[in-house]
Amino acid sequence: MVQLLTKHEVRPSAMGIETNQANIMQSHNFNLWYGDHHALKDINLEMKENEVTAIIGPSGCGKSTYIKALNRMVELVPIVRTSGQINYRGRNIFSNGYEVEELRTKVGMVFQKPNPFPKSIYDNIAYGPRIHGIKNKKILDEIVEKSLRGAAIWDEVKDRLNQNAYGLSGGQQQRICIARCLAIEPDVILMDEPTSALDPISTLKVEELVQQMKEQYSIVIVTHNMQQAARISDKTAFFLNGEVVEFDKTDIIFSTPSDQRTEDYISGRFG
Amino acid sequence: MIRERFEHDLMTVQQDLMELCDLSIHSLQESFKAFLKKDIDLALQVIDTDPKINRLEEIINDRVILLIAKQQPVATDLRRLIVVIKAASDMERIGDHAVNIAKESIRIGKEPFVTSVEPIEEMFHKTILMLRQIVDAFIEENTTKAKEIANLDDEVDELTGNTLSNLMKLSVSNEHVAQVTSLSYVCRCIERAADHATNIAEHLFYLVKGKHYELNN
Repeated sequence: MVQLLTKHEVRPSAMGIETNQANIMQSHNFNLWYGDHHALKDINLEMKENEVTAIIGPSGCGKSTYIKALNRMVELVPIVRTSGQINYRGRNIFSNGYEVEELRTKVGMVFQKPNPFPKSIYDNIAYGPRIHGIKNKKILDEIVEKSLRGAAIWDEVKDRLNQNAYGLSGGQQQRICIARCLAIEPDVILMDEPTSALDPISTLKVEELVQQMKEQYSIVIVTHNMQQAARISDKTAFFLNGEVVEFDKTDIIFSTPSDQRTEDYISGRFG
Repeated sequence: MIRERFEHDLMTVQQDLMELCDLSIHSLQESFKAFLKKDIDLALQVIDTDPKINRLEEIINDRVILLIAKQQPVATDLRRLIVVIKAASDMERIGDHAVNIAKESIRIGKEPFVTSVEPIEEMFHKTILMLRQIVDAFIEENTTKAKEIANLDDEVDELTGNTLSNLMKLSVSNEHVAQVTSLSYVCRCIERAADHATNIAEHLFYLVKGKHYELNN
C-alpha cells in the first residue's frame, strides 16, 4: 500500500528563517503615477527590521520607482502623484507634516553609480553629521572612523583620509558612499543597484558588507542580478508592470516560486 | 525564448539520461536472459557493456556540473538538473546489478537449477515493468505513473522475502549451498534494481512538486 508522505512537512529551505522581527516599513495599497502613467499599482509589502529585502524585476517594472518612494525621492519628479500609504515605523511618510529631512536621516540611500562629493574622504563622511550640527572635531573623527569601519573600507583609506575621494577605485567609492550613508546613523538603507557599476571583486565586497550591515540596519536592495538577490537577501519581491507578482522568503522564490511569471523571470525566460 | 542555449543543453542531458536508461535496462534484461538460459557468452557481453554505462553516467554528471556552473539555473531548471544526476546514478547502479547477475550466472555455469526459478522470474518481470514505467513517467513528468511504481515495488519486496525464505530452507543441504547463495544474490540484485526504480520515482516527485516524498513503507 502506497503512503504518500512528505519527508519534510516544512520545506527545508524555509526552516529556521521564520522571522519575528518587527515591520520597519510597510506599504498599503500604494499607487504612483508619472502623469498619466500608472507606474506602481496597489503595492503591499512589509519590510522587517534587520533583514535584507531584495526587489527584482525587468527594466521598467517600477522597482527603482518604488525604492525611491520609500524615502520620498520620487517627489523630485514634478508630475508624480501617489495614493495609499508607505509607513515608516508605523507612520505614513506621505502624511501632512512629515518632514522629508527627518525621513531621509533615518532612511538613507545608496545609488547605482558611486557619487562621492569632490571632497576629501574625511569630508565626504563628515558632511552629513556637520549638516546635522556636529562641529566637534573629536566627535567627527569618531563618526568618520566608525562609518568607514562599518563600510569595511577603513583599513584601505585610514592613511589617506585627506585625499580626494575621486582618487579611489569604483568599488572603494561605492563603499565611501555607504559609509557616508552610515555616518548619519540611519535605520533603513535603500540600495538602488549598488553593484551594477562595479567589478566582480568589488561586488563581492559590497555583498559581504550588506550581510554584515543587516545586523544593525534594515536594507532594501534593488538589483538586476538575480544571483545577488539569491545570495544576500532574506526576502524577495518580484515586480512586473508596476505590480508585486510575488513576495516571499528568498529561498522559496528561487526554489519553488508559486507564480509561473516569477519562475519564468528568475530562470531567464523573459526580461 | 531567451535561453535557447540552456534549453538545448538541458535537452541533451535529458537525452543522454534516456540513453543510459535504455542501456541499463537492456543490460539487466540480457543478464537475466543469460541467467535463465545459462548463456556464459551473453553474461560476458553484459560485463563488457558496463564500462559504457559508467562512462555515460560520468558524461551526464560532467554536463550537468558545467550547466550549473555556466547557466546558474534556479527553481524547476535547477531541480531538473539535480534529478538528472540522481536518476543517472540510480541507472548506473542498475547496470552494476546486471553485472552482478551476469557474474552469478557464470558462477552457476551449466549446472541445472536446484529449485524452480519462477518466483525470481516473476520478480524480474515486475522490476522490468517498473523500470519501463518510470522511464515513461519521467518523459511525461507524470507523478501518477510514478506513484504506481511504488505499489509494484511493494510486490517485488514481498516476492523477495518469500523467495529468499524458500531458498534458505534449501540451503540446509550442503551440496546446494553454492548455487542457493548465487540464486539468493540474484534475487537481491533484482530487488535492489526495483528499489532504484522507486528512487527515481521519488526524484520525479521532487522535480514536479519541489518537495521530498517517501513513496513506500
